[in-house]
Amino acid sequence: MTGEPMQRLISSLFLLAMLALARNGAAQGLEIDIVNGREAAIPIAIVPFAWEAAAMPDPTGIDTVVRADLNRSGQFRALRKEDVIELPSRGSDIKFPTWKLLKQDYVVVGRVQSSGEGGYRVEFELHDVLKQQSLLALALPVRAGEFRQVSHQIADLVYEKILGVRGAFFTRIAYITQKRVGDGKFENAIWIADSDGFNPQRIVWNAEPFLSPAWSPDGKSLAYVSFERQGGHTIYIHELATGARRLVTSFKGINGAPTFSPDGSTLALTLSKSGNPEIYTLNLASNNLTQLTRHFSIDTEAAWMPGGNSLLFTSDRSGKPQIYSVPSGGGSPERVTSSGDYNARVSASYDGRLLAMVQGNKNVYRIAVVDRVRGGAGAVRLISPGPLDESPSFAPNASMVLYAAREGSRGVLYAASVDGSVRQRLALPDGDVREPAWGPFRQR
Amino acid sequence: MNTPIRVLVLALAIAGVAACKKEVVKPVEQPPADTSTQTPTQPMQEESWTNPALLDSKPCLVSRIAYFDFDQSTIRSEAMEMLKCHGKWLAANPGARISLEGHADERGTREYNLGLGERRGNAVRDLLLANGGRSEQVGVVSYGEERPICTDSDESCWSKNRRAEIVYTAKQ
Repeated sequence: MTGEPMQRLISSLFLLAMLALARNGAAQGLEIDIVNGREAAIPIAIVPFAWEAAAMPDPTGIDTVVRADLNRSGQFRALRKEDVIELPSRGSDIKFPTWKLLKQDYVVVGRVQSSGEGGYRVEFELHDVLKQQSLLALALPVRAGEFRQVSHQIADLVYEKILGVRGAFFTRIAYITQKRVGDGKFENAIWIADSDGFNPQRIVWNAEPFLSPAWSPDGKSLAYVSFERQGGHTIYIHELATGARRLVTSFKGINGAPTFSPDGSTLALTLSKSGNPEIYTLNLASNNLTQLTRHFSIDTEAAWMPGGNSLLFTSDRSGKPQIYSVPSGGGSPERVTSSGDYNARVSASYDGRLLAMVQGNKNVYRIAVVDRVRGGAGAVRLISPGPLDESPSFAPNASMVLYAAREGSRGVLYAASVDGSVRQRLALPDGDVREPAWGPFRQR
Repeated sequence: MNTPIRVLVLALAIAGVAACKKEVVKPVEQPPADTSTQTPTQPMQEESWTNPALLDSKPCLVSRIAYFDFDQSTIRSEAMEMLKCHGKWLAANPGARISLEGHADERGTREYNLGLGERRGNAVRDLLLANGGRSEQVGVVSYGEERPICTDSDESCWSKNRRAEIVYTAKQ
């Protein structure tokens, strides 16, 4: 009892420190933690866009957002803003020898103009420095307040033009926060935000915890677990645009780990109504429930493989948690992971080639990425340092993995390049952040 | 939490002493062996297993948390006496209802820990049922790692968080 005022003091100090951190993050831009660097990272210069519109300039630095996006992927090494010594805004203004001297392979220039209907038009060009050639020249419409979104779209287009892979910066993430709001009282919330953590929007909140947000393939809904109902767990599907919720299951015992099939028709989930946690699939149109696993162990954390023909899940049927595979139509599970004491919470890349999971070794839990095609010693790569990393989820183009980590007694989110060479802590609201889930591609 | 319980125990003891004083001169030092006609089992005198006050006074009933080893749901020997007591209470009080809240430490994944918390709750439930409780008296709910007692990332906290808590939703 005597510790309480002290605890309160400590938590207020902690809050203040976090507020300070959050402000710094917003003011200075986000820190990128280059882990090993990457030899093959492509040098690219993003020139600040010229403001040619009549209204006051939007405070968003398009170039800053694009630069951060490309760097975060680990595929690019963008020239630092202070090293951008010339400011062309059109292809015709680019002096290629300058960029060649700066050892840049590509240069992006652009400008913002009024579009006439109170909106704007962002024109941008991507040039190959060695060939002195324009690779891309596009104009994107943008409304006031949406400059970050259009910046992510530009980053995506540049990424795709150079790498031949669709960019995934113009996407959203979901995550859960827990904030202390009084003695033993918490506010738990589910949020969605841009892929870099900006523009957070609170979707739902409650005094009781939430778990396991999962995106529908069309990006319109989230499924999640709520403890808000007294004495049990409930799975909801929450429509983001309307806030309408559908109660999916609230059986006795665990109702957990929901995840949509790739076609969105079916939800895989964990129920313990039989006495212990088993994997089920629920057809969302017919409400037909099918039990996929039958074992006295803990079977949970189902993840669909692309195509929807099989699911991966965590089971401790061998004594410790490992990853297993089971056909979605039913069949006998087969073990997938062979090494490591603790493998859990798997998720698959869009092409099924890569699996991300939590790998535990003694008291250290790190994110492992397994290449199923490669095999051999290089097949398993640990892309996070631990000690308590969890909830990995792939970007829809599998270039990056989002995961949760603990720093002190606080949860934070990181985006790591899939090869582990680059890691970035995302801009975050205050409080304890966990359970990130990377959403699908969005329509431009 | 300890102090009110101690006061209650003391009060009960004094009440007991006062009741005895009428007949016996020095009851404290010398528990009278020859009062068997009145109270055949002297130590059990206050222990009416249908008196709700016992839940808050008898140490094995006051104690309501069982702790577990990492990734395990085996009941430790030190929790046995406590669980037998609660089983006995359930048997003596058919209306009593318990919610068993299973918890895990922060290590490992959240949904797996939800399973682990439930498994711990089930292990406690099985013991209560083996000791006189009936299945309709005992419910299990898992909170996984979502409700830690203590939030430091070390064994001193983890060992407190790996637990199953007995919560009476009805005492009798």
